[in-house]
Amino acid sequence: MALKHLGQDFTPHDVVAKVTGEAKYAEDFRVEGMVFARLLSSPFPHARVKKIDASAALAMPGVVGILTADEVKNPPAPEPPLLTNEPMYIGAPILLLAAEDETTAQDALEKIRIEYEPLPFSVDPLASLHPDHADARTDGNVGAAGVKFQQLKWKREDFDKAEAGKMPMGEAAQEWAFGEVDATFAKCKLVLDESFVHASNSHHSMEPRSAMAYWQNGKCYAHVSSQSQSFIHPALAGMIGIPPTDLVLIAEYCGGGFGSKGGAYPIQALPALFSKKINRPVMLRLSRAEEYYHGSARLGFQGRVKLGFAENGKLLAADLYIVQENGAYNSFWDFRNAADALSLVYQPEAMRWRGVPVHASSPLRSAQRGPGYNQMVHIMEPLLDKAARALKVDRVAIRLLNGPEMHGAFGPKHDTVTSCYLKDAVAKGAEIFGWEQKKALSGQRVGNKVTGVAVGQAYHPSGFFGFDGLLCIKPDGKVHIHTGVGNLGTFSHSSTSRIAAEVLKVDWADVVIQRGDSRRNLPWNIGQFGSNTNFTMARTNYVAAMDAVAKLKELAAGKFGGKPDDYDIDGKRVFRKGSPGTGLSYAQAAQLAIQKGGKYDGHELPADINPMTKLSATALAGTGLVGVAKDNLPVKGSPSAFAAAFVQIELDVETGKYRVLEYVAVADCGTIIHPQGLETQVKSGGLQGLSVAGLERIVYDPQNGLPASVGFYQAKPVSYLDVPPSMKVAGVDKPDPSSPLGTKGIGEPLLGCAASALLCAISDAVGGHAFNRTPVMPDMILNHLSGRQPSHHPLQTNCQ
Amino acid sequence: MAEFKGLAIVDLARVESAQPADGEARRQSRREFIKRVIASGAVASSASFMAGGLAGCAPRRAVVAGSVERLVSLNVNGQVRRVDVLPQETLATTLRYKLGLTGTKLSCDRAECGACTVMIDDITYYSCSTLTHSVRDRKVVTIEGLRGPNGELHPVQQAFVEELSPQCGFCTPGQVVAAVALLKKNPKPTREEARHAMSGNLCRCAAYDNYLNGVMRACGNLAEIHHGA
Repeated sequence: MALKHLGQDFTPHDVVAKVTGEAKYAEDFRVEGMVFARLLSSPFPHARVKKIDASAALAMPGVVGILTADEVKNPPAPEPPLLTNEPMYIGAPILLLAAEDETTAQDALEKIRIEYEPLPFSVDPLASLHPDHADARTDGNVGAAGVKFQQLKWKREDFDKAEAGKMPMGEAAQEWAFGEVDATFAKCKLVLDESFVHASNSHHSMEPRSAMAYWQNGKCYAHVSSQSQSFIHPALAGMIGIPPTDLVLIAEYCGGGFGSKGGAYPIQALPALFSKKINRPVMLRLSRAEEYYHGSARLGFQGRVKLGFAENGKLLAADLYIVQENGAYNSFWDFRNAADALSLVYQPEAMRWRGVPVHASSPLRSAQRGPGYNQMVHIMEPLLDKAARALKVDRVAIRLLNGPEMHGAFGPKHDTVTSCYLKDAVAKGAEIFGWEQKKALSGQRVGNKVTGVAVGQAYHPSGFFGFDGLLCIKPDGKVHIHTGVGNLGTFSHSSTSRIAAEVLKVDWADVVIQRGDSRRNLPWNIGQFGSNTNFTMARTNYVAAMDAVAKLKELAAGKFGGKPDDYDIDGKRVFRKGSPGTGLSYAQAAQLAIQKGGKYDGHELPADINPMTKLSATALAGTGLVGVAKDNLPVKGSPSAFAAAFVQIELDVETGKYRVLEYVAVADCGTIIHPQGLETQVKSGGLQGLSVAGLERIVYDPQNGLPASVGFYQAKPVSYLDVPPSMKVAGVDKPDPSSPLGTKGIGEPLLGCAASALLCAISDAVGGHAFNRTPVMPDMILNHLSGRQPSHHPLQTNCQ
Repeated sequence: MAEFKGLAIVDLARVESAQPADGEARRQSRREFIKRVIASGAVASSASFMAGGLAGCAPRRAVVAGSVERLVSLNVNGQVRRVDVLPQETLATTLRYKLGLTGTKLSCDRAECGACTVMIDDITYYSCSTLTHSVRDRKVVTIEGLRGPNGELHPVQQAFVEELSPQCGFCTPGQVVAAVALLKKNPKPTREEARHAMSGNLCRCAAYDNYLNGVMRACGNLAEIHHGA
């Protein structure tokens, strides 16, 4: 079918609001009687609150009230609390205070007297596995999603017997294996045994997660900052303690999340709870430092990997051990994802994985663009280069040799992917970059400057299924597409809605997107994380549109005779094939649907849709022709996205600083539905990758648990001055067979391919030395070039 | 057990100084700096941030001597606006909480990111670090003041739409204002000149390449727009 919309660029409806300042984020809303709340945050890395005396604060004119941890229902440990009397990191939220204005609130906070009992803390997960070292929590030091919360300590011998620079390996909390690991290592020509560290970069979303809430006629109105829309609704209602039908959720714009605002989080609920107590609307504005404390960071790794290669460069065996930093609370499962990434991208015949997720006295660690999957390639890609160098194999050739096939298997259960065109991406990137010519520049020195060229790869699962689509053709002929997709800045709410427009063959001007506010009757969709949306909600919009098409044909057949299959659609009409004059416009069909009622106008609904979708569709009943369905389309394997990148840098051996001169990246996202959207993601994801690999810092003072990277200047995310002069983008643009129109998600591998390519290029410029650390900083480069020891211990974390 | 006055953590680890290169001024928070600006040394009053913003709202007020709101006239987006302003009030706060102009954003509130960028007499400033009283005799232009008289988009805004520059959109108002100011001064910059001129604006989504394409489109330097491979 000739595509009208897919593969074409378009202007998403929210772009004008963004460039004019009309887009309203949570902190932009004002309500009469609104008070300002400020959080009192812990000055201790771990303590027990013994006594709170807020009397002086409450006596101040303009102070309206406080909310303490005793007044909120916290989830069971180790879930992150809303407020806590046992703060577990500097910055943990202890109580809220509200006043008529923010300045008064802040001044009042400083009048609150709190008695603390300081407790032991730890900002180094590996160290806290040592029996003599302090833990971050008193009730357990290990646990994350899927691993039982427990106290787990290694033995002194585990630490003592590890060689210098190598990570000790004690009891694992989780593990799996496939193949004959030891026997396979025995037949390898080259075995590498590398210990590594990956930093926990803070998300530092541009919009601090301020929130505002009030109650009216028994309903709670919450203005929040969220990557997702309908997905967070039930969980947030639960945190507030109300049924979802009593929550009006407004999250039309979100100033960045990168994984930290994918699901419902405590700050979203606090203004609602406080507002209920003091009977005033509450605005909770977060500062930049508070966004650091409550906005989470990537899960850092301390780890060790043994890799066994055949003479031709094929990876035969891998043995991976990851100690993951959880922060103080229950956390994401990067360490498991990393193992899947190694298994899929490099296809070892035999592999063992072990992992321990360890708590530290730091803010929540949660998924950050490519959680675990990206850390793994940042670590593996330079090691692949190390093997290529030792075995005298070309670095692109070694990736083509090891890469997964179309339905590559991974993990102990040998799960497969729906499609994989990674090797196509590598080959295409090599051609655009000119790898065959450029690789000769490797290590060439002119004055102080050395050239490095390299390739990097990345992977991320990119789709879910089983969610609902909902649309309504109105009596004026317009198609209202109701989408539960959030607005984190990828325009996926619109790009996926275009699938419905495509199926219905309507012009984009005839489409109205309903989103961003639960009052707009939204279907149950999954959240905007995990690079899934362009797969998952392509399907939901597809099935809803197909349902509408079926109903259009049935209505026409009912009116004009024959069977639905005798009818076709085009030009906003449903008409008899061969006799286009016999038919209905969409507007007429909508009116007929209302007359007929039943399933046509949403009075009767499919049995398998989610309760949220049912409520939304019921609200639309009688207003037009309703297309509603659950995505029950088959899926064979795990939808997965891939990307490859090529980088050329010029490194100054006297300063340790480098410039990225050229960046080329090729994305495998299935069929490309929004070329301009893809290009923006490839470039911006790429820049974020350069940032993770070489710019961003997270530092804790181990003596007193003090963070030193709470602001932009300290954390140092990528800026205009770091943008390469040349960034080239391409896509493989081959369809995924499991996706109705061939699409897959794409966001996350675009960071990983860039970071790994840059790390490899730095290595290349300094003669192939693998730093085994992300980020690589100028001081590390200079120390290496001058033969000095690094300024950190080999497995030290949170130190750069 | 330690008795410890509850500290609202603003930036414990921040090393910031009101005087340049002065070791004694270490670890001074931004609030301390602003308090020192008020010569009286009195604690900031509980003056409402809602005066002039919301009808029918009469918050309790206790005015502390030395820290009084003054009614001033500000020239914002070509209009004279009368507004009560505290001596230590920042322009960003006045715009956002008293003048209903929420387009200017607060992201760091300490001159690190540029989300709050406005023009004052055609020069870009971080409004989070500009005292409102200091702009009383000057012309302030915010993101809201850039559209034409009939609502038409400014060429920079139009170009950013065409180049799909914004992603999450939070840094966008600051980027637009920075670009407008650049083009006022240098109507046809090279891409490299634009890169340096805009470098006071952070974008966490890292949409920089798209913004640069937008600036090149806005100034007609089409040769320096980069797309594809």
